[in-house]
Amino acid sequence: MTAILTNLFDGVAYGMLLFVLACGLAVTLGLMNFVNLAHGAFAMAGGYVCMVLVNRMGWPFFAALPLAFVSSAAIGIALERTLYRHLYTRSHLDQVLFTIGLTFMSVAAVDYIQGSSRVFINLPAALQGQFDLFGVGIGRYRLMIIVICGLLTIGLQMVLAKTRFGSRLRAAVDDPRAASGLGINVPQVFAFTFAFGCGLAGLGGALSAEILGLDPYFPLKFMIYFLIVVTVGGSSSITGPFLASLLLGIGDVAGKYYVPKMGPFVIYTMMIVILIWRPNGLFGRTAAR
Amino acid sequence: MSAASDVGYHAQRQARWHYGEFAFWLIVLACGFVFPSRYLIMTDILRLALFTMSLDLILGYAGIVSLGHAAFFGVGAYAAGLLALHGIINEPVLALIVAGLAAMVLGFATSFLVIRGVDLTRLMVTLGIALLLEALAERFSNITGGTDGLQGIEMQPIFGQIPFDMFGKAGFFYSLAVLFVLFLFARRVVHSPFGLSLRAIKNNPLRAAAIGIPVNRRLIAIYTLAAFYAGIAGALFTQTTAIASLDVFAFERSADLMLVLVIGGTGYLYGGLIGAVVFRMLQELFSTITPQYWQFWIGLVLVVIVLVGRQRLHRWVLYVPNLIIRQVAGRKAVVAVPESDA
Repeated sequence: MTAILTNLFDGVAYGMLLFVLACGLAVTLGLMNFVNLAHGAFAMAGGYVCMVLVNRMGWPFFAALPLAFVSSAAIGIALERTLYRHLYTRSHLDQVLFTIGLTFMSVAAVDYIQGSSRVFINLPAALQGQFDLFGVGIGRYRLMIIVICGLLTIGLQMVLAKTRFGSRLRAAVDDPRAASGLGINVPQVFAFTFAFGCGLAGLGGALSAEILGLDPYFPLKFMIYFLIVVTVGGSSSITGPFLASLLLGIGDVAGKYYVPKMGPFVIYTMMIVILIWRPNGLFGRTAAR
Repeated sequence: MSAASDVGYHAQRQARWHYGEFAFWLIVLACGFVFPSRYLIMTDILRLALFTMSLDLILGYAGIVSLGHAAFFGVGAYAAGLLALHGIINEPVLALIVAGLAAMVLGFATSFLVIRGVDLTRLMVTLGIALLLEALAERFSNITGGTDGLQGIEMQPIFGQIPFDMFGKAGFFYSLAVLFVLFLFARRVVHSPFGLSLRAIKNNPLRAAAIGIPVNRRLIAIYTLAAFYAGIAGALFTQTTAIASLDVFAFERSADLMLVLVIGGTGYLYGGLIGAVVFRMLQELFSTITPQYWQFWIGLVLVVIVLVGRQRLHRWVLYVPNLIIRQVAGRKAVVAVPESDA
């Protein structure tokens, strides 16, 4: 019984992490209709920035996390302004080729700068180990992830639903032409959202070094997971990807624990079945652009 | 002249053999005699060319974007490997066809999943199928050899006559013959009314359906055929290298394949062949400069190609040859790449 609960806890932490990593992609892929296979590269960038700051320069872990966010967002906005924005109107094939190219470049570049082995971030002692809660083993680090990611999710939902920027973004997504007719600067809204999504990915990358493992092949290894979150979750709201991430996280942890050899098999089958059954995602709306 | 016969006239003109094509194949054949020390890499190029032609059939002609074409390559590779390893079919040509058919069956079965949905769903589903097969091959390691791959494959002589030699000479001419035969068939297919209907579907599926083309059935047919071609390419890989390992299913293989096709140009069969040559040359060049980081430069090539624009790039590449052709053979003979976005 307690093993099940521990697994569930780990699965939730894993799922939350996936959500933070992938929710930026939900915006670019789901809302802006841009196939960005290089999303994992931004996450990796954040992870490595955090690693360098903590391990080499001795920054405290919690001070390095915001910087991981900022640096990934900066890279994101630089690339968006210089390269990505030329490709919004191009075919999906062009977008796929372009972002695969970027991914390859990022993999080789990080390999060149930091070496190809897996890196670890030195964690403060307060985050190590686990404690027992009614007999259920709770990892401190995973608990922190759940707290941070849970707060982020609530914050995102609030921003999207309550603020002026949120309503602008929703308008720009629903109908870019009408939105720009109403005086909303659509490219600017998209650029800002893109950068914010990249920043979240960077933060997720920094947090995931301990759980998913951080090496130069991170963008390729986890690309499929991010895509699953977005395609299965749909893009009509932030809740869809969130639930999909939780499902994927719990399913993956449980799969690895109970049927270790069939783990990836189960997930890929699930994804294909869901895509065939509901091409717009489990929680998606039917209108597709 | 009525519209129908006019279309037929142009289609026939397009389908006629061009002088350049004869020259192309003669050069390829001549390479086999001129560079006897480079058989291995040339065989590799031929295999890649066949594999790319397979992707071109679905991407360039029918407009199906696939990120998991390595699935069929892998099935062909493992099928050929298992047939040879267990001595089920010893004759390589027969084994080749059977391996191709195995991939074809998979292609037919999965085509129903692929024809549904838009580009994005197709990308995900094809990618998912390739990953699924990779996971399966890893799971059933007692059959596939797991991460070690199939080892100890020994190929019997072709038709019982021509043994595979260690310099790869037999392998090269065998691959060339297979490529040429399959090329002839593909050429016939794409210039047939069937091939023309595929282009109609690619340009606008809704209109194609409106003029009476059974869109789904045509897509299933071409997807199945492309799977057969990819399976043959995979089987050639196993037969000429005598190994089959998990990386035949790898995502990188599908991604590289797209790059090859894009370098060569989509929508005409020579695109795959030219792309394969250029890609391997680039890869050789990059790996002599930086053995470990050649992927960076490959990625850069992809980014630049997309940013410059594929159509513009091919116009530039063809600028000088066309200038010469125009002087020699007049304005009509100019080579143009029939390209439109997938």
